[in-house]
Amino acid sequence: MKSKQPATSADDRTRVNLERRLFMGTVAATGAGMSLGAFAQDAEAPVHAGSAPVRARARRVRIRLDVNGVAHELGVEPRVTLLDALREHLKLTGTKKGCDRGQCGACTVIADGRRINSCLALAVMYDGARITTVEGLAREGEPSPLQRAFVEYDAFQCGFCTPGQLCSATALLAEAQAGAISAATADLKHERHGTHLPDIEIRERMSGNICRCGAYPNIVAAIRDVGTKAASS
Amino acid sequence: MMEFEYLRPASIHAALSAAGSHARYIGGGTNLVDLMKSGIEQPELLIDINHLQLAAIEELPNGGLRIGAGARNSDTANHRLVRERYPLLAQSLVAGASPQLRNLATVGGNLMQRTRCDYFADTRFPHCNKRKPGSGCGALEGDHHLHAILGGSKHCIAVNPSDMSVALLALGANVNVRNRNGERPVPMSAFHRLPGEHPERDTHLEPGDLIVSVDLPSPVFAKNYHYLKVRERASYAFALVSVAVGIEQDGDRIRSAAIALGGVAHKPWLAADAAAMLADKPVRDIDFAAVAAAAVNGAKPLPQNSYKVPMARNAVQRALRNALEVA
Repeated sequence: MKSKQPATSADDRTRVNLERRLFMGTVAATGAGMSLGAFAQDAEAPVHAGSAPVRARARRVRIRLDVNGVAHELGVEPRVTLLDALREHLKLTGTKKGCDRGQCGACTVIADGRRINSCLALAVMYDGARITTVEGLAREGEPSPLQRAFVEYDAFQCGFCTPGQLCSATALLAEAQAGAISAATADLKHERHGTHLPDIEIRERMSGNICRCGAYPNIVAAIRDVGTKAASS
Repeated sequence: MMEFEYLRPASIHAALSAAGSHARYIGGGTNLVDLMKSGIEQPELLIDINHLQLAAIEELPNGGLRIGAGARNSDTANHRLVRERYPLLAQSLVAGASPQLRNLATVGGNLMQRTRCDYFADTRFPHCNKRKPGSGCGALEGDHHLHAILGGSKHCIAVNPSDMSVALLALGANVNVRNRNGERPVPMSAFHRLPGEHPERDTHLEPGDLIVSVDLPSPVFAKNYHYLKVRERASYAFALVSVAVGIEQDGDRIRSAAIALGGVAHKPWLAADAAAMLADKPVRDIDFAAVAAAAVNGAKPLPQNSYKVPMARNAVQRALRNALEVA
């Protein structure tokens, strides 16, 4: 690895980063450097699929994302979040940027079957992942049961948090079916599977999604209805 | 966010070779990416450890359990063996953060998460010895209602925010740490540090050290346990005070016990003296108030956080009663 002096001020920091960029450019041009697997050597070099080793010296890295069943290839800087990749690169603006700090849940998407805060996820780390956003919840133009229930129960006012609430609730029902526990689960030792959850469980399991309009009672009602119907069908 | 280089190494060896003070390992990123956005962390190199087969949870020959550093908080909490044999750990994990954050956050990252002290997290505050050594502590003279009552120094009164670490401390876990020279087990009680003269250091790890797994001893406290978290709202908030209690019983006698506290110090706080007061005692003879008082012995509260002393005492009492299932 290269060595450098510790940066002590903002100016120093800028300089160091500029030097680093120049250094990287030199390395790329001469082909020198470390052999830690595949190199991304120039602008928009491919990262190679999934878990293959990579060292991304390039300012942009080419990654693949399957979003709502559609394959995309895009070039992103390593510092681009999954949220910004979806919104700014793929123009899928259904996923909302609320706090951008992992506190509000507006950016919740489902990555490889798990709900995550896309604002804290770096897109480059999701190369090859399957992402479901609010735009992918409907089936052949038909809203999902949760989307219908959110309308039926008036589970929003301004709607800004709704895409995250819907992705979160969709994953919540799948987690409950798989037997996941929460802080509201009384008995941790015995597995219990099913989407018919008491309100205290729904509230706890939706705690990562904030609604400034305060539509919580109706969000809980919508999820309770869908969960109950799914459990009895 | 500052620019950085991204490395997805092919092996642990490659990860260790690239590591150093200029680099950070990234697991889930729930804390690190946040700190990078605000410029508090500015790594030149980000080493993605998510493809190094570090996420397994497996039984050890001695009857214990090894949890890979890359295991997600959600997967760890939901794992059958964790729920059956170490329910205290499962309880502490689901007390933390939100479901979507627990899906990202790893066990190794949870151990490394940094304080949520506002003077540290908000770079508009000029004084923070943890963020800018030598700049002073904004909390001492400022808003410190969330800060430490135990183990603080004149340089820092921040608290460690982890729930999981409190349970791991009570359970007597070891953290397995690897660097270029080999691997070493670090007891939880020697993993985090007090601020002292160097609040910029949260743990005893050195640059380049990689947490590879956490070992739990053969099952303890599987029957009598409780993780109690007191916070400013019902869910999705950091602890004002938390307590992990585990008790091994022999009939109606207590054989051994562990008490650890969160939200009170720069590290998860082991109340060993208080726990020793329980050992070899019949449950009916326990003086819960005396044990609880011992748990916060030596507390030095500040004007705005003196409430934490009685809160911690009450929390210890309640956690003990819940663990023992007595009124």
